[in-house]
Amino acid sequence: MMNHFALFDLPVSPNLDLDELQSRYRRLQQALHPDRFANAGERDKLLAMQKTSQLNDAYQTLKQPLSRAEYLLQLQGVDLQHEQQTIKDTEFLMAQMEWRERLETLSSADDPWQAISAAHNDLKQETQALQQAVDSALEDTSQADLEAVAEDIRKLKFLHKLAREIDAIEEQLLDDV
Amino acid sequence: MAYSEKVIDHYENPRNVGGFDKDEHGIATGMVGAPACGDVMKLQLKINDDGVIEDARFKTYGCGSAIASSSLITEWVKGKTLEQAAEIKNTKIAEELALPPVKIHCSILAEDAIKAAIADYKKKQAAS
Repeated sequence: MMNHFALFDLPVSPNLDLDELQSRYRRLQQALHPDRFANAGERDKLLAMQKTSQLNDAYQTLKQPLSRAEYLLQLQGVDLQHEQQTIKDTEFLMAQMEWRERLETLSSADDPWQAISAAHNDLKQETQALQQAVDSALEDTSQADLEAVAEDIRKLKFLHKLAREIDAIEEQLLDDV
Repeated sequence: MAYSEKVIDHYENPRNVGGFDKDEHGIATGMVGAPACGDVMKLQLKINDDGVIEDARFKTYGCGSAIASSSLITEWVKGKTLEQAAEIKNTKIAEELALPPVKIHCSILAEDAIKAAIADYKKKQAAS
């Protein structure tokens, strides 16, 4: 199977031109649209469907910096998607515990909306800093310490989980209003 | 997804939630996290001078299976020596709680938490 970057004829890199990715995605999607295959044979219809599903998969993977980085690592033979490995970096995990404790207090804060927005901002900064470190390491995979990059990607997954938790707290609060 | 009765029991009545002062004599702390789901687990053991685990506490942020797995191991490790505790396998935890395959990582988290706590204890012993 063609790699996701080659599918869009884009260079294999963590720094992707997202506008270009989106416009190429739309163009390819149109070319594979079922309407175009209305009069085609069953085999061609099936092929177009398979290609569409591959296209969507590739687009979703490349669109987000975290899944893109994970994919770049996968191209180097490091598969994080199916691993069961735990992380044991105590300092990072302590910080995670503190994050979780902070999240527990959001709804009951004097101004919960302000507390949520502050948490969002802090998390965003932490996430961006880590993502940038990952991306700059992945710019040249031949020089990168892949295990260190993998560990940073694992940490990013925790930060993304926190973001989802904050969103859930916000939604819950909206429901209660 | 349906949780087993044992998972629900531990989830609704978790045993030994909380913590000890990590700097106190004989306290070992194990921290682990599962990137797949973002769960974080802290397990603390109170170990006497004979190397026997007298008490255990946990704090886990995660799904019902992760909380049940940590609650269960705090019961299992009590009265065990460090060597015996180190032998607790995730498969036993998963079996006891009837965890489905997608939740096996919760039992791995619990096993690794015990190992991390024991490693912390040994590190502290070596330093003192």
